[in-house]
Amino acid sequence: MTEFLANAGSWILAASESGEAAKLSDGGVLASMAWLIPVVPMVAAFAIVFWGKKMPYKGWDIAIAVMAFEALYGTALLLSHISSPIAHDFQIEIAKIGNMPIEWGWSVDGLSIMMYFLVGVVGFLVFLYAKGYMEGDIRFTWFFASFTLFAGGMLVLVSAPNMIQLIVGWELVGVSSWLLIGHYWEEHENSSAAIKAFLTNKVADVGLFVGAIIVSMSVGSFRFGDILDAVESGAAEAPMLAQFAFWGGLALFIGAMGKSAQFPLHVWLPDAMAGPTPVSSLMHAATMVTAGVFLVGRMFPLYLTEGFATEVRSIIIIVGALTLFLTGLIALVQDDIKKVLAYSTLSQLGYMTVAMGAGAYTAGLFHLFTHAFFKALLFLGAGSVIHSVHSNNMSDMGGLKKDMPYTYWTFVVGSLALAGILPFAGFFSKDEILASLRYASGEFGVADGGGALATIVLALAIAGAFITAFYMARTVFLTFHGEYKGHGHPHESPRIMWVPLVALAVPSAVIGFINIPGVTEVFTKLVGGREVKVLDHHAESFDGLVLVLGLIAALAGIYLGWRIWGPDKETQQERDTFRVDGLYPLLENKYYIDDFYMDGVVRPIRGPVARAMDWFNGHVLDFIVNGAGLLAKAAGRVVYWFDQRGVDGAINASGAITGAGGGVLRLLQTGKVQQYAVLIFAATVILVGGLVIWF
Amino acid sequence: MSDWISHPENIVFVILAVVMVGAGFRSVTSRNVVHAVLFLVVALAGSAALFLLLGAEFVAWTVVLVYIGAVIVLFLFGIMITRAPLGMETQLSHSNQTKIGAAIVAGALFALISVAALQGFGDTEFVASPTRTDDLGLSIFQRFVIPFEVVSVVLLAALIGGIVLARRDPESTEELPAPQPTGVATTPSTNIAATAGRSAEGGDT
Amino acid sequence: MILSQFVILGAALFSIGVYGVLTRRNAVLVLLSVELMLAAVNINFVAFDVYFQDAIAGGQIFSLFIIAVAAAEVGIGLAIVLLIFRNRQSANVDELDLMKL
Repeated sequence: MTEFLANAGSWILAASESGEAAKLSDGGVLASMAWLIPVVPMVAAFAIVFWGKKMPYKGWDIAIAVMAFEALYGTALLLSHISSPIAHDFQIEIAKIGNMPIEWGWSVDGLSIMMYFLVGVVGFLVFLYAKGYMEGDIRFTWFFASFTLFAGGMLVLVSAPNMIQLIVGWELVGVSSWLLIGHYWEEHENSSAAIKAFLTNKVADVGLFVGAIIVSMSVGSFRFGDILDAVESGAAEAPMLAQFAFWGGLALFIGAMGKSAQFPLHVWLPDAMAGPTPVSSLMHAATMVTAGVFLVGRMFPLYLTEGFATEVRSIIIIVGALTLFLTGLIALVQDDIKKVLAYSTLSQLGYMTVAMGAGAYTAGLFHLFTHAFFKALLFLGAGSVIHSVHSNNMSDMGGLKKDMPYTYWTFVVGSLALAGILPFAGFFSKDEILASLRYASGEFGVADGGGALATIVLALAIAGAFITAFYMARTVFLTFHGEYKGHGHPHESPRIMWVPLVALAVPSAVIGFINIPGVTEVFTKLVGGREVKVLDHHAESFDGLVLVLGLIAALAGIYLGWRIWGPDKETQQERDTFRVDGLYPLLENKYYIDDFYMDGVVRPIRGPVARAMDWFNGHVLDFIVNGAGLLAKAAGRVVYWFDQRGVDGAINASGAITGAGGGVLRLLQTGKVQQYAVLIFAATVILVGGLVIWF
Repeated sequence: MSDWISHPENIVFVILAVVMVGAGFRSVTSRNVVHAVLFLVVALAGSAALFLLLGAEFVAWTVVLVYIGAVIVLFLFGIMITRAPLGMETQLSHSNQTKIGAAIVAGALFALISVAALQGFGDTEFVASPTRTDDLGLSIFQRFVIPFEVVSVVLLAALIGGIVLARRDPESTEELPAPQPTGVATTPSTNIAATAGRSAEGGDT
Repeated sequence: MILSQFVILGAALFSIGVYGVLTRRNAVLVLLSVELMLAAVNINFVAFDVYFQDAIAGGQIFSLFIIAVAAAEVGIGLAIVLLIFRNRQSANVDELDLMKL
């Protein structure tokens, strides 16, 4: 413990020593006890179910204690990792299939420590806030049980040192998100949103399973360590993996597309707004949607090492670019404030995916890291507004600036961070992604997600920055400026709700400074501290051109937003009707993707199946019935003929035979257990005897 | 065969086997319930002796303690409580017809297993060596610790289940006095009130 | 000693147990016969364990588990018999023909 404190004290010093090769330690007690991180919330979730109602705060107290533990443990690991990098896997064999052991374990390295910290800290603040938000809910205790399970599932996922455990965590997150999105299940819409999220994720999970099987089988181990070692040893050393790497990598990425809601599997995320706002907040920030990016980050060497799945990168970057641009446009036309934020999450996830596709591991994860803070902040702020005006629609808001000062100022900080304005966190991470795209365009070929493809994506990403700033400006002006358009009197939320807002606003503003290119490299070292050396491009200094372009795009978006919605308060809402013929209906209907899934996938399958059943019913069954009828008629004639001939006895005899048969069978049906047992034993003897004689 | 029988342990085995089979047979055919249980004791004691012969001492003593000590007592209690006739009784078993059917099935089963065993193992010989309780304990608490814990939970569940099943329902007994109506009204705990209400109903019926 | 002698003794006891289960009318005696069958199985377990010289003595440990589970089974079984006796004033299995309904 004293050693740890000493480490923690000197981390700033250690962090400033750049350039020397990081030596990895096994992390000592702190790492070997890290199994508590996933286990504690899982146990607590059940504890809340059973004993939550008897606690003074109806289970919230257990949940918040768990999250406080997670936040502290995550912070302790983070500090310790920064002072001396930890990278260690702990595995316990629990079963064996052939010669592939199934293991449960916990991985303590840069990537997972970053996620422990993120889930712990953001989760803690969201749980704090949720007490205020969920006050008076009829399923308060149940909500916190499933919410704790949700955080715990995510921690199982990120602590996974092997494929099997990753899948377990992945599904835990899926099932608990289903519980949470459908929290208000009384309304049909909400429960179908939950089912939609679950099923969309299931479609993608097929990809994850296939990918996990391909990759694990071709290496002969489920462990990430073994898989990545095989990748590191090169294509010549691992020919089996190299041969299947493209398909394995692609399938894993399809799995990631589901959880991280990439186009065209993004449809579940906006609907997931049906859940309570704290759920949206945690789901969109630190957990669930980050799982896909995390998976790609975990398997990153597979995508980057020559001879393996490098071609998948071009697919990743295209998917990411489509997501970031198309969903950003949809965010412009939404009236529901949570939907705006949901689409902006999609767009930001697109940025992360693009960064991964461009081979920029650090940039992608850095954006994930900063985004978690400001997106949690924005959602909680939106929740605070919704709590106050009892409506999700921005057309019922406006002018809330003076009534809700804390919410307003923290929301502005979050918006500026999301828009990527200079000192705020989003600026640094977004700039790093743009810079890495420029780097990729010069370094890789088109097939590897570079070249002209990266240049086009760079242009899209800059346009995306403009759109992001524009819709956030719209949201801020329509919600907090202008005239109040709703009913009742808006009021500031209770303290337990705005304290987390302030606490999240601070990192949203300043956390970007931990990774200024060429100045500080804390984050780069953090996520780079893994047993596998992750070869990625990390900008040594700012890329002047993209920095200026990105900043201009963001400022232009804010300026345009201010010009449209800023002045003239009374008519603000009327000007929210800018519509481009042809484009607006497309955005309003979300590119008709939902309709396509319904009309193009579900109905075409359902229709033919129904028609096939109808045809079967109409033709085959009817034919059989009619045929049987005809046969019976013919038989009737024959019988009639017999009867006429005076062979009544045959009929009587058949009746008697049936009766006698029934009588014999009735003897078996005695209701006496022991006679049944005689039959069972006799049958067993005959069957097994047959087997013995046969062999 | 003469070679086989000349081993002293095989002689012991034959004696034990004869005793066990005889006792087993008597225990399923005896017309006296208590005798049946006592014959089961003999059969089980035979199996414990057999385990000693095989060197499995811990299992042998466990059989003596658990089976002969506890389970048999339980059976005797069961016989007493169900008022099974203690003397000679003809109605303990089914009719001769059923017995013949059962004998055929059981005989066929025996023949089947014996044939299969002889086919499978023939005259595979082996030498018994004592198993140290030490090793057994290590094995239980290392390799088999989870099944061990599961068995302990099963025992607990059986204990609770046995109590729940065998307990008389309080509302159906006549011994419980019907509570005073005023007592129901003044009882603060709804739980007690509900129980009292139910037993009051039981008292009426 | 040869392996078959133990297997055959086990088979004999098991078959006797089966016979008892099939012929006894009194439920307590049916349970008693079941115990005989379980004891027969134990003989097989221990014999095979000694034959294989199992390092972790799995056969013996499983026979211990069987003893434990058999004890639980007798406890529950007798409780059920008691309940039936209380409800129907009889512990004869052939009077329990509700399965016919």
